[in-house]
Amino acid sequence: MNNLMTREKWQTIKSRYSIYLVLIAMIIVCNLLSPNFLSARNISNISVQISVTTILAFGETILIIGGLLDLSCGSVLALAGVFSVYVFKETGSLSLAFAVGLIVGLLCNFVNGILVRRFSIPAFIATLAMMTVARGIALLFTKGQNIYQIGDYVWFGQGSIGIIPIPVIFMVVIGVLTWYILGHTSFGRSLYAVGGNEEAARASGINIGRIKVGAYLINGIFVGLAGIILMARTNVGAPNSGQGYEFEALTAAIIGGTSFSGGLGTAGGTLAGAFIVGFLNNIMNLAGVDSYLQQVIKGAIIALAVGYDMWAKVNRTRKTLGAAKIPNERKEAKA
Amino acid sequence: MQKNLLEVRNISKSFPGVKALEDVCFSVKEGSVHVLCGENGAGKSTLMKIINGIYQPDGGETLIKGEKVEINSPIRAGELGISMIFQELNYTPEMTIEESLFVGRWPKKKFGQIDWKTIRQKTLQLLKQENLAYDPETKLKDLSISNLQMLEILKAISRDADIIIMDEPTSSITNKEIEVLFEKIADLRARGKGIVYISHKMDEIFRIADEISILRDGKVIETRPKDQFDIDSVIALMVGRALGQGYPKEEVPVGEVVLEVENFSGPTGFSNVSFNLRKGEILGFAGLVGAGRTEVMRALFGLDERFGGSVKVHGAPVRIRNVQDSIKNGVVMLSEDRRRYGIVPIRDVKENVTLASMDQFFQKGRLNAAKERSRVEEICKKINVKMASIDVQVSTLSGGNQQKVVLSKWMLQDPDILILDEPTRGIDVGAKFEIYRLMTNLVKEGKSIIMVSSELPELIGMCDRMYVMAEGGITGELERAEFSQEAIMRYAMNMTRKAV
Repeated sequence: MNNLMTREKWQTIKSRYSIYLVLIAMIIVCNLLSPNFLSARNISNISVQISVTTILAFGETILIIGGLLDLSCGSVLALAGVFSVYVFKETGSLSLAFAVGLIVGLLCNFVNGILVRRFSIPAFIATLAMMTVARGIALLFTKGQNIYQIGDYVWFGQGSIGIIPIPVIFMVVIGVLTWYILGHTSFGRSLYAVGGNEEAARASGINIGRIKVGAYLINGIFVGLAGIILMARTNVGAPNSGQGYEFEALTAAIIGGTSFSGGLGTAGGTLAGAFIVGFLNNIMNLAGVDSYLQQVIKGAIIALAVGYDMWAKVNRTRKTLGAAKIPNERKEAKA
Repeated sequence: MQKNLLEVRNISKSFPGVKALEDVCFSVKEGSVHVLCGENGAGKSTLMKIINGIYQPDGGETLIKGEKVEINSPIRAGELGISMIFQELNYTPEMTIEESLFVGRWPKKKFGQIDWKTIRQKTLQLLKQENLAYDPETKLKDLSISNLQMLEILKAISRDADIIIMDEPTSSITNKEIEVLFEKIADLRARGKGIVYISHKMDEIFRIADEISILRDGKVIETRPKDQFDIDSVIALMVGRALGQGYPKEEVPVGEVVLEVENFSGPTGFSNVSFNLRKGEILGFAGLVGAGRTEVMRALFGLDERFGGSVKVHGAPVRIRNVQDSIKNGVVMLSEDRRRYGIVPIRDVKENVTLASMDQFFQKGRLNAAKERSRVEEICKKINVKMASIDVQVSTLSGGNQQKVVLSKWMLQDPDILILDEPTRGIDVGAKFEIYRLMTNLVKEGKSIIMVSSELPELIGMCDRMYVMAEGGITGELERAEFSQEAIMRYAMNMTRKAV
């Protein structure tokens, strides 16, 4: 019995921490492949490169845990970014520009939340609509032109405090925030419950609507911030930027163990997932892998990661279901 | 001496943390019904899954008609003449009867098209042979559960199955349908088939069994012909202790009215429902399925909308628009559908228990983890939830323990009024009695309970007073002294009121 218990515990540990083991294995392999890999410079570069999608991925993690999703983040990021850059160019105020970026992100996601909550539009479709609308507004507003010469604004993407680049600081702050929200607040607890079983959460007195809109609002702030960083990094307010970022973000979250059926996922897992993708891109570049081939490999890895996750889950359930008693509930037939 | 169709010898099976079966021997004779009973978690399902090839045993052997076989998949089991009818039937709603009868083994024509003509012929022949008047083109979604069951039996016959396993087939069909099923079972038995019948229901067991085996904690405790058992001995063997026929009911002085519901009407099908609940009282709600009991309770708890009516708690009118309002007023509800409204299966016990009382553990939104752990452990111990730790997923617990997790959740709220809708549905005898005892303790502490149940014996055993509902309205009110199955049924069938 004792032995069995430890085996069970070991399995829990394995399933909970396997993503970190993969990350460590990856670091070791990459290090063997390229001696430059572990240099402070390279690691710092990778961190800056993944910062934008990782911040988006934290937002997606929060949403997916709650049984939601955001396809619009790539477009909203561009919209928030160009507005923010515009405001900076008009006023010269960094703080005002920063605030505007966040507010645009918030507003768009408030709309997302309302569409999902009030009108019961599936998150996939509501945010798909937002994706098109936000991109359209960004293009309308800029007349399709990039905004150049953004001056001091670049600090958000290229500045650093000590040796640590600003985007990395933002990424870490957002990561810690996500970790805190998910694990240490009643909002986070409610979110897991809503994603795990919405009806049961409602029957336990949780205000489902507030949790869902709240999740979108948090995501909105993250997306707005990501927009600011991206524009600043690329020296330009580009209404066309961020296309396909929603999928990069989803990839990181999913590889990091966030379950698409809701109710499961962690900030640490998503960070690990983002780094795995980042390392993979980096090592493939260092190794000179054809960029088209890189896409194929990345796609295959998503399928593998999720496939493994599902397989492990089915296996686990089969074991535990056999061990525990199969619940025996049935509605009585209409008499 | 009848021949053994199926025999398993010394079967053992372990899962991480649990020994599910230990040295189990079990056999089914030709032309007989062997009833298998035991509490949930005793190992019945595991044993059946081994026989059906879903699980592989760790040790022991299986013999079919005296020959040693290895059943490594349900397909193999089918080839060996074993057919299992699951408790929860899985079916494709849009399929027709004839399609489903031959699913996976449709006769083919030359170029691989399905030979519908042959299927129709065979189906009609089979229906005629079994004396069933179904139309082969009826879609499965239009069939009742009992008809679907009959179809499964038909499928078993068409596959020439000798051994038919039925897992609680009567748990969701009406009495009339049970009779039809039993006739069919008698017919199959007469034709020399061996039937394994799993059930909790004592009256049924004694009606159809030839032999009875009792499984407890993964071991076969006893196998005997039916006439060497009686109901009490079966129950005692199942739970491993004498339970006694009585309910753990204690008389508690009943106090003032704590809840008054007046003229409740709602879109879910109930109207003008008025009742009251007193302090220290267990108030029953009886009625047939569909009488509107659950609907009234859901509206009272703020889960469903209602048109009208008022609620008073402790004499003061309250507005209940949602579950939060209800909880604030000290009213909580345990739903009849545990999996849908009770638990969040993929989260752990701890999170499930604190789900409704997070404000106790989150100060200014920040979690006090130590306090949470100790409170949850304390309450789970009190309610006697059996689990490895409070960190295990709720989905891994048995039905009874899941129910206790939901109860723990509400206990943490320390409510004045508990609505328990089918609190003992689908849980084993031992856990049932624990829940009865808990109810008694709660009213002793001065709480009040509304108990909705479809099992008359437990209502009669536990309640102080009872309302009976029919067709969305209250048709009768009975004091404890007036309780009888007949009186309740009369109100439930609405026979006291002349039909308009």
